[in-house]
Amino acid sequence: MDRLMSLCVPSLNLRMHRSLIDSLEIQSCYLLSEHSCLASGFGSIHFVLLVSRQGKVRLTKWYSPYTQKERSKVIRELSGVILNRGPKLCNFVEWRGYKVVYKRYASLYFCMCIDAEDNELEVLEIIHHYVEILDRYFGSVCELDLIFNFHKAYYILDELLIAGEIQESSKKTVARIISAQDEMVEAAKEEAGSISYIIAQAS
Amino acid sequence: MNPFSSSTRLRDMIRSIRACKTAAEERGVVRKECADIRASINENDPHDRHRNLAKLMFIHMLGYPTHFGQMECLKLIASPGFPEKRIGYLGLMLLLDERQEVLMLVTNSLKQDLNHTNQYVVGLALCALGNICSAEMARDLAPEVERLIQFRDPNIRKKAALCSTRIVRKVPDLAENFINAASSLLKEKHHGVLITGVQLCYELCTINDEALEFFRKKCTEGLIKTLRDITNSAYQPEYDVAGITDPFLHIRLLKLLRVLGHGDADASDLMTDILAQVATKTESNKNAGNAVLYECVETIMAIEDTSSLRVLAINILGRFLSNRDNNIRYVALNMLMKAIAFDDQAVQRHRVTILECVKDPDASIRKRALELVSLLVNENNVKQLTKELTDYLEISDEDFKEDLSAKICSIVEKFSPEKIWYIDQMLKVLSEAGKFVKDDVWHALIVVISNASELHGYTVRALYKAVLTYSEQETLVRVAIWCIGEYGDLLVNNVGMLGIEDPITVTECDAVDVVEDAITRHNSDMTTKAMALVALLKLSSRFPSISERIKDVILKQKGSLLLEMQQRAIEFNSIVERHKNIRWSSLVERMPVLDEATFNVRRAGSLPASVSTMAKPSVSIPNGVSAAPLVDLLDLGSDDILAAPSSSSGADFLQDLLGVDLGSSSAQSGATPAPKAGTDLLLDILSIGTPSPAQNSTSAIDLLSTADMNNNSSTALDTLSSSAPPHIATTASAGGMFDLLDGLSPSPSKEATNGPAYPPIVAYESSSLKIEFTFSKPSGNPQTTNVEATFINISPNTFTDFVFQAAVPKFLQLHLDPASSNTLPANGGKVTQNLRVTNSQHGKKSLVMRMRIGYKVNGKDVLEEGQINNFPRGL
Repeated sequence: MDRLMSLCVPSLNLRMHRSLIDSLEIQSCYLLSEHSCLASGFGSIHFVLLVSRQGKVRLTKWYSPYTQKERSKVIRELSGVILNRGPKLCNFVEWRGYKVVYKRYASLYFCMCIDAEDNELEVLEIIHHYVEILDRYFGSVCELDLIFNFHKAYYILDELLIAGEIQESSKKTVARIISAQDEMVEAAKEEAGSISYIIAQAS
Repeated sequence: MNPFSSSTRLRDMIRSIRACKTAAEERGVVRKECADIRASINENDPHDRHRNLAKLMFIHMLGYPTHFGQMECLKLIASPGFPEKRIGYLGLMLLLDERQEVLMLVTNSLKQDLNHTNQYVVGLALCALGNICSAEMARDLAPEVERLIQFRDPNIRKKAALCSTRIVRKVPDLAENFINAASSLLKEKHHGVLITGVQLCYELCTINDEALEFFRKKCTEGLIKTLRDITNSAYQPEYDVAGITDPFLHIRLLKLLRVLGHGDADASDLMTDILAQVATKTESNKNAGNAVLYECVETIMAIEDTSSLRVLAINILGRFLSNRDNNIRYVALNMLMKAIAFDDQAVQRHRVTILECVKDPDASIRKRALELVSLLVNENNVKQLTKELTDYLEISDEDFKEDLSAKICSIVEKFSPEKIWYIDQMLKVLSEAGKFVKDDVWHALIVVISNASELHGYTVRALYKAVLTYSEQETLVRVAIWCIGEYGDLLVNNVGMLGIEDPITVTECDAVDVVEDAITRHNSDMTTKAMALVALLKLSSRFPSISERIKDVILKQKGSLLLEMQQRAIEFNSIVERHKNIRWSSLVERMPVLDEATFNVRRAGSLPASVSTMAKPSVSIPNGVSAAPLVDLLDLGSDDILAAPSSSSGADFLQDLLGVDLGSSSAQSGATPAPKAGTDLLLDILSIGTPSPAQNSTSAIDLLSTADMNNNSSTALDTLSSSAPPHIATTASAGGMFDLLDGLSPSPSKEATNGPAYPPIVAYESSSLKIEFTFSKPSGNPQTTNVEATFINISPNTFTDFVFQAAVPKFLQLHLDPASSNTLPANGGKVTQNLRVTNSQHGKKSLVMRMRIGYKVNGKDVLEEGQINNFPRGL
């Protein structure tokens, strides 16, 4: 399975980075104007979507209310548009009055939907920021990591974005908070393990 | 077994799902897993919850229903351990959305967790609340969140700040409570807290004017200093992105400065230096730098006029536009659209580059560029730009042709300097992309052609040539056969040759060939075929020598499975057969010149409510003639208007055909002046026996143009048939008919003098807008009130895209005419709009109305709402 960023420490391997980034694409979408009226002024990310090249959903995060039905429709429509875009095109797709900014890392497309008037270039940076944090956390992250540890990918995203807005610009801080929480889970596991061990022993 | 080692089982499930070769196999595995999970849920074993939910989330991502797991999330959240809570909150955010009522059940757990001693539990709760809270939850939990903004740990402070942004978005009333807390965050050094604090302030400023004033006064200088510090800061590895220190913070600061500077010259002045610095010093060879420049340009364009900065901004956009990176070019095109507003000339300089972008292989860039080009068009460059666009239309992708042709059409219609040019361009578009052209566009073209009498010959010949080559373009075919039907004689005789034309030889047979081809072509739709039949009928009188052949073509349609076609074929056949006995040529005269002004009003008014109300099921036609032929007859009848001297012959003929006694009407038509004869006649035919009071020929022409232009035969028919017996229209509630009645009413002038007068009222007044209503009652109908609404802009800004909407209770019926304009100039600019209210409880209840007004000030949407209760009594 391809590494998303073919390096463990991103800063050491800028060259590889760039070559990957060159093969990326972004798209943006326009939703109907009344929708964008509702959302205007919010200026946030409406949803985040990770789709594999085969169209498999790897992560979805919805910051604006969509019903389950709308969600699957959005995913279907968007992956149809984005996966079919050729290389070297710009990374934005206009669709239903919104824009979707997408970027391809190895076999995965990272997509974020924003309002038409938002800063697309910044969203590209946010995507890259997220990928770098994932890369640091998993150690040269690849799609398989995100499949089997999808919940970890969500936890990391939750430390990066809330309400569709970025909450932390330091990768180090995100990594620290995540590992602190992971340790709490491990500690709880051990404790429970030992208790069940004791119970098992006792019986 | 270790209860937390569930990941092995989760892993197994993911593996077995990934091993599936087909979708059916995958469904099988998922079904089995879901069954296991349900069973496990029913056993209510707390050890399995964690694992079940993780599996459900994975299944959810694959797109299977997982609602049965929602309660498990709540149970996990309510359990004491951190691992359970962590996965529980994750499940909550993934499986539920704010619209589900289950979500309300979690409010209590959230409240407890927000007060938890473990800061990471507090963080989980804040994150969940920030991502999916509903308005009710926002109200319930706002005090907790507000308190947490001051929490000792920065991790919680930043989460609380973003959570607050969601809360104030959901419940704008709460904004005031957060102003102080938000301003304290702006002094933070921690980047995460600062970013979220700035974001919260931005949010508050956009929804609350008080907050905007507060931050503008208290925080502008501090924010400028923060921006300066970070722009000048030394290399900080933790925050560095491609040589820029924390571009995210940069962008948020610039965004907040934008709202603070917008509309305030003092604040704008303060930030000039730092903006200039960011615009000139930021590295533009990496995306991060460009993202900051983008935001900086946005801010420069939004704040109050500082022209030197704007030059800087335009230069940056120029650089963006010539960048090789598609993303940057896309962004440049987008921003130039905004830049046009204050520096049209500077954008015009990039016209050539922008035109190139229209031809880009990237659909996103093409679309942006096309939007931009259409804004660049003016009287001077329209010919050149249109030529570029139409040339490109020939070679563009199929899926781009629709957008492109629509844009060209709107450009051509708006800026066309002369008719011949307009017709030429439209023909080009129809030839290349006729199948994508909307109905109203080719309808408009026909109206223009009909009005350009000196170009009839030229047009019909050009169309004839075009249709031979591009016979697959449906709308081109329609326009061509309409013109051949009308001006076929000009086609074969090369009448009215213009100097620029090459003479062509077209025989009568050739002309009929084209029309026959349109009928027999299997993919022509009914409208085209029906138009072709009418054209044939007209040609049979223009070309008497081949009328036998035309008759044969018409006869072939007698067996058509489409009722409309069959009926037209039979009717027309009988007309052609009998045409030697009647003075025939006047019957299928050319269409009268279509009234351009009426058409444009109709089109611009986007078919106001009057049309739709008239489309209600109508009164049955007294003589029982079925709908379709009557409409056809109207086509014929309308010709009579111009065939003034011999109009009575048309009447005779119609009389024959309908078998209706029209004795009185022909007598009357003899008595009235000739040009009106046809009109009266037509009304008489429709009102069968009712003495026609019509003196107002414009109203009749109005009717006719509806019938002609509107291919929806039922609408046209309803208009006519319902207007015929006036008493029906009076009782009918459909407001639209009063228009017609006004014209027909024997004493229209009494309207104003009848009944009591009502004083005008000020219906609504805000700081920027005033609305006045004046009232009048149409005579003889106490239930109806005509209201003239005057909207007055009392602010110093111009309102654009002005829309007034109103709602009334059920006992009222409301009809809105289009407003006189959608732009309200600053300082007292006015727009009027007529409303008609019908009160079914007249005398018992008085009028009441709720209204909503939307408009744009400086590109920003504004919405005002209000209720009008102060109507005079007795309306």
